[in-house]
Amino acid sequence: MSIEQFKNRNISDDYYLVDIDDYPTTNLGKFTRAIKRTFKAELLVGLWVVMREMLKFNIHTVQYPKEKLPIGPRYRAVHEMKRLWESGTERCIGCGLCEKICISDCIRMDTKIDEESRKEVSEYSINLGRCIFCGYCAEVCPELAITHGGRYENASEQRAHFIMYDDMLTPMDMLKAGAQKEFEGFGAITPHEDESVKKTPLSY
Amino acid sequence: MGIDYIIATIIKIVIVMLVFSALAGFGTYFERKILAFMQRRLGPMSVGPYGILQIMADGIKLFTKEDIIPTSAVDKIFKIAPIITASTAFMAAATIPFWPDFTIFGYRVQPIITDSSVGLLYVIGVMAIGLFGVLLGGMASSNKYSLISAARSSAVFLSYEVITGLALLAPIMLVGSLSLVNFNAYQVGGISNWLVWKQPMAFILFWIAAFAETGRTPFHLIANDHEIIDGFGTEYSGMRWGLFFIGEYANMFFISFVIVLVFMGGFGDGSVLSALAFLGKVAFFFFFFLWTRAAWPDVRPDQLMWLCWKVLMPLAVINIVITGFVVMF
Repeated sequence: MSIEQFKNRNISDDYYLVDIDDYPTTNLGKFTRAIKRTFKAELLVGLWVVMREMLKFNIHTVQYPKEKLPIGPRYRAVHEMKRLWESGTERCIGCGLCEKICISDCIRMDTKIDEESRKEVSEYSINLGRCIFCGYCAEVCPELAITHGGRYENASEQRAHFIMYDDMLTPMDMLKAGAQKEFEGFGAITPHEDESVKKTPLSY
Repeated sequence: MGIDYIIATIIKIVIVMLVFSALAGFGTYFERKILAFMQRRLGPMSVGPYGILQIMADGIKLFTKEDIIPTSAVDKIFKIAPIITASTAFMAAATIPFWPDFTIFGYRVQPIITDSSVGLLYVIGVMAIGLFGVLLGGMASSNKYSLISAARSSAVFLSYEVITGLALLAPIMLVGSLSLVNFNAYQVGGISNWLVWKQPMAFILFWIAAFAETGRTPFHLIANDHEIIDGFGTEYSGMRWGLFFIGEYANMFFISFVIVLVFMGGFGDGSVLSALAFLGKVAFFFFFFLWTRAAWPDVRPDQLMWLCWKVLMPLAVINIVITGFVVMF
């Protein structure tokens, strides 16, 4: 591959350079240019273009609070804490990986050993005022417990409202209705992953 | 001059004031809507159906906003400047006929405040005084952007006064009167009698100058938002700024009336149909002000001066000379 081909970034071959005349230097040249521009009626082209768009009435406005554009399933907005489908208990096992990886240092968690001598999360908070929504916590979570949701309207009157764990946790009635959505972004299971699973070489 | 004449004149003045203050408000709504449609947007939609009550919201906002006067501003001049702009804009309406004569309750009503023999000269002169609002407001604000705007506006207005005057001189020579009613009477009898066919050059020159006189888009450098903020209006707030705005829009309406009366046949023979056609023509010229704002770029101050002194003024003078020869022989 030659260097010229490498430098050619054009998508197609029908690109061409616009022919721009040199600036006139003589007075006669300047005069003829002014005359040419006067009678070329290019201003009318501009008028026609905007009038055409007005008559077509092809409006592109999204009236935001009333209408919303769909967002992608991998969109990284306010976090959600998921529950297990079967038992409804929280998926979080308190491993602390999200706290560790968080680059803006906004996740804090506290764990304790409960009466069944299992590790239990007693405190969990994400300071959304600091969070940069990088998605590392969702990517690193081994249990698919912390994910990103699609709720991007997060204005509030107080900073304290940005760290409420109960708001992030899937409500029980929503879980029972089967409305909990799995996150499809980083860290999520690839669709149809079962079909690609093979036996490990150790089995024979 | 009886008492009934005075009462009739006062009623006419009040009606013109009210109608054109309201129209200036609606003008902002139309401008925002038309610009939006031309740019594939919707414009104001929230207040009232299709945003029609937006002007009420804007009015409430302007009336209730704090009237801030900067400490370093020359406060007396600063306060009086917007009033000059708005009042001169409305004063210009005194000699413009807005409708053909009609009879109501047995009275013969002339819908013109005064049919002066210097009508057109008065309109042009009073509109020229509007310069002082912008100039004084810009200079008194003690803001460098306002000062630039004041300098630009005085340059533009003074230069284009020349074009306006010279362009109108040729039609005045043909008609032989300065009264806009006489201008209308000269063009009675259909489209072929319109002055635009006899004076196409004067028509185009006056139309171009009208854009400079009102400070509309190709010549919007007086208050170019992207380089000198709002120009002379930068330090103004509340209703004082609103007066500048009303003055600008009222000027646009009145200059549209003048263009139609002088060149496009006015209200013709005075029948209702031709009177409605008159309003339609005025509406077209007002619409054209908005249309160009969506389509055309602004020019630099030096380009504007070049256009005025090296192109338009010689053309206007040549036009007058040719008209003079035609009238003489």
